[in-house]
Amino acid sequence: MATDESPQEPRPEGVETVAAEDVDAADILGSAVERREDPSLLTGDAEYTDDIQLPEMAHVAILRSQYAHARIDGIDTDAAEGMDGVVDIYTADDLDVSGNVPTAWELDTLREVDHPLLAEERVRYQGDAIAVVVAEERYQAHDALDAIDVDYERLDAVTDPTEALDEDAPVLHEEAGENTAFEWEIGDAEATDEAFAEAGTVVDLDVTNQLLIPNAMEPRAAVADYDPGDDELTVHMASQNPHVHRLLMSGVLDHPEHKLRIRAPDVGGGFGSKIHHYPDEALAAWTAKRLERPVKWQATRTETYLTDAQGRGHETHGEIAIDDDGNIRGLRIDTKANLGAYLSTFAPAVPTYLYGTLMSGQYEIPAIHCEVTGAYSNVPPVDAYRGAGRPEASYIVERLVNRAADAVDADPAEFRRQNFVDPDDFPYETPVAVEYDSGDYEKPLDKALDLVGYEGFRERQAEAREEGRYLGIGLSCYIEACGLAPSELVGALGARAGLWESGLVRFTPTGTVTAACGTSGHGQGHDTTYAQIVANELGVDYEDVDVKEGDTADLPQGMGTYGSRSAAVGGSALVKGAREVVEKAKRIAAHQLEAATEDIEFDDGDFHVAGAPDRSMGIQEVALEAYLAHDLPDDVDPGLEATAFYDPDNFVFPFGTHVAVVEVDPETGEIDFENYVAVDDVGNQINPKIVEGQIHGGIAQGIGQALYEGAEYDDNGQLTTGSMQDYAVPKSSHIPEMETDSTTTPSPVNPLGVKGVGEAGTIAAPQAVVNAVVDALEPFGVEHIEMPLTNERVWRAVDERAGATGGDD
Amino acid sequence: MEREITLTVNGTDHELSVEPRTLLVHALRDEMGYTGPNVGCESSMCGACTVHVDGEAVKACTELAVRAEDAEITTIEGMGEEGDMHPLQESFQAEHGLQCGYCTPGMVMTASAFLEENPDPEREEIREALEGNLCRCTGYQNIVNAVESAAEEMRDSPMSPETATGETAADGGTVEEGGD
Repeated sequence: MATDESPQEPRPEGVETVAAEDVDAADILGSAVERREDPSLLTGDAEYTDDIQLPEMAHVAILRSQYAHARIDGIDTDAAEGMDGVVDIYTADDLDVSGNVPTAWELDTLREVDHPLLAEERVRYQGDAIAVVVAEERYQAHDALDAIDVDYERLDAVTDPTEALDEDAPVLHEEAGENTAFEWEIGDAEATDEAFAEAGTVVDLDVTNQLLIPNAMEPRAAVADYDPGDDELTVHMASQNPHVHRLLMSGVLDHPEHKLRIRAPDVGGGFGSKIHHYPDEALAAWTAKRLERPVKWQATRTETYLTDAQGRGHETHGEIAIDDDGNIRGLRIDTKANLGAYLSTFAPAVPTYLYGTLMSGQYEIPAIHCEVTGAYSNVPPVDAYRGAGRPEASYIVERLVNRAADAVDADPAEFRRQNFVDPDDFPYETPVAVEYDSGDYEKPLDKALDLVGYEGFRERQAEAREEGRYLGIGLSCYIEACGLAPSELVGALGARAGLWESGLVRFTPTGTVTAACGTSGHGQGHDTTYAQIVANELGVDYEDVDVKEGDTADLPQGMGTYGSRSAAVGGSALVKGAREVVEKAKRIAAHQLEAATEDIEFDDGDFHVAGAPDRSMGIQEVALEAYLAHDLPDDVDPGLEATAFYDPDNFVFPFGTHVAVVEVDPETGEIDFENYVAVDDVGNQINPKIVEGQIHGGIAQGIGQALYEGAEYDDNGQLTTGSMQDYAVPKSSHIPEMETDSTTTPSPVNPLGVKGVGEAGTIAAPQAVVNAVVDALEPFGVEHIEMPLTNERVWRAVDERAGATGGDD
Repeated sequence: MEREITLTVNGTDHELSVEPRTLLVHALRDEMGYTGPNVGCESSMCGACTVHVDGEAVKACTELAVRAEDAEITTIEGMGEEGDMHPLQESFQAEHGLQCGYCTPGMVMTASAFLEENPDPEREEIREALEGNLCRCTGYQNIVNAVESAAEEMRDSPMSPETATGETAADGGTVEEGGD
């Protein structure tokens, strides 16, 4: 962006919000209403976990391994125990529970390993929990950590998945015998071999999809409280899925599930990192129970760097086969996936079923084979991070497709267009076991190309090159699978849980409505969007609907918020619940109006007799009658509420095209964005402003991966990017102005016609940026640069090619 | 060894006793109950803890409470409340400049100090001004929009910066905390 001499850039066009009171009730669904959760978040009224103060509350701090791999020969806590304010110190020997953190997904070949709450004789990553200190005050607890003396016997460490799979690598888990956690494949190997044998052109590429650290702004935290009188254990914690945490923690702590309450107060972002069951929150809960006293554990940022489940961590060899007509005939993928030191909650699913199933991208590819080997290594457990498997798939597919277009001398946009799944072919069954629900891939492509000015770009690029300026354009036509998902299907794939969602819709006698959902938002604006959905279904005022989430004490069961599932699955559960309420209300209204139920029509909140619109009754009046119960039909019970469980028939498959235009300075390796255009199709939009915000944030994390972020370890397994000083979470000046637009292909899977939007930007962005940079550097012969594309890496890529080709510089 | 300090927060005088090492953000949050400023990094990198100390935006996670002796502090709670929000708070809502809200108090406090110095900023200047405040949710664009819109609103309906931030709000009395 040559901003120095250019005039002030205008604000990119965006969706305009509207105050809810200015929206007609009939238009509430689909309106960009301002978020109702904002005033509390904007005025300091929000309640995050660390804001909770309980009487007599003690503070927990956790001692963590300073080495990535070591035997523990002894732990001396004597000095620490004598320090001011220290209440108690616990090590593995003190734990009187099974204390083994489980994984929630199995694979046929999975070698499961023990994951104790506190390390017993061995630590396997820097940050592995060793001891719990409880003290009267926060600082005292941290002081005491420093006084605990651990006698370590250091072992060799391995942090790279390919090296971890080497037979000479140090083995992390003796019970597994080797570091191979699983071997998995999908697709048809034989058909793929044949496709490659017959192909006119084959292109291959080795890529590393680097480990990322989620960096939710709120570090993980828990406040636990135990009531011995009735054995009630309450844990307020930064969670994306309180019910899932309750289920897993009840097993880990041997505490009855119905006596365990998990409550997520306001949660400061998650991006996957607050899905998983870690040792830490369970240790806080165990401590509260042991001491019969409330405790707080608040992770420091350093702890989040060391212990939050990381994302990605793939090393992949990919090949693509193209025939002489420019059609893609086959795709072959071999991936080594880093799982870290232990199996995290959804870790086995992420590099397998959330990855290999997306290898068809937006394209008709007759033969695909993808094999993945999961590797234990001395890094923190690796699990779902925004996108979870799908960014890795989209990255390798779109990098290969870009190179394939180059190899056959085709325009990258037209090559993609030629290979798109035809809109008439939906639902489309891919060779990798999924059926795309709907799609119309040319629409976002055309819109994006138009917005970015693709037609004139090559000319501009050529002119710029004449002046020694290197512009590049990068496309990403991504597919995403989300709205997790049909329980029967995920069960067949290895999930140890269903992935339905629940929605409770309850009228009060005065006609106001409580809507509760088993999802658990942490920034996505569910209070607003769910109220829009329920108000629309019931025909009541938006302001009359209150939304509740995130507390196992007063909600139906739920599966939580991740995998872009809340609107598609949770929203649909609320629709189902609301429709059940309307059905019951209709019977009451029919009775009151002295008509047959089948003659009653319902619209905009009113029941009326067909053909006699003046004989009508509002649903809120019906609610009062339902609770008065003075005059109900014989077969109708009092009350007006329903709890629905919704289990979709399929995933949903959002798609779109993102285009990055960059200028690269080959002398310095600097990359400037000239433009970033995103056209996404996430089906119907409940609140377009919230959709836009999700896309923006997703793109920022995708650009973060492309240009800035990456967890790095030294040879001893020490994290060298363990702070915000060293790990580049993008700042305001790192992210370009984004131009966003959408197309709408409603999903046939759910009653709202929605798809997911939370992860789309993160899935789409990295390859758009990398493709653009590689395009810019085409004159230098640069074919690939590994992410993050730091200035140094870009400069080296140019420099190496210059050397290789005998260039003059 | 605790020390007695007095300071004014959002117009209310406070007397409290803190350790010399107590961070201002912990004194505000844990001793005085102002939980608006959030702790995101304990290292001045993320800015979620930003408050105004004598009118300047300061990261309260790397400031000692004892250094705030006699200071006038404004936290997000002092900017406005539900139903009577500051133009910046209103524009963050209108422009969808927040998602999870954790960085938001710091963003608003940094932005308000910035707008006092530069009431008519360019977008690039806003981005530079916010470099010390990290947001992981929004991708920043709607935050920049919010600051830009609020700047325009504040220029169109001028209030003195003091009135706008509540920094000279009526004395709410004296409260004693800590030291027990």
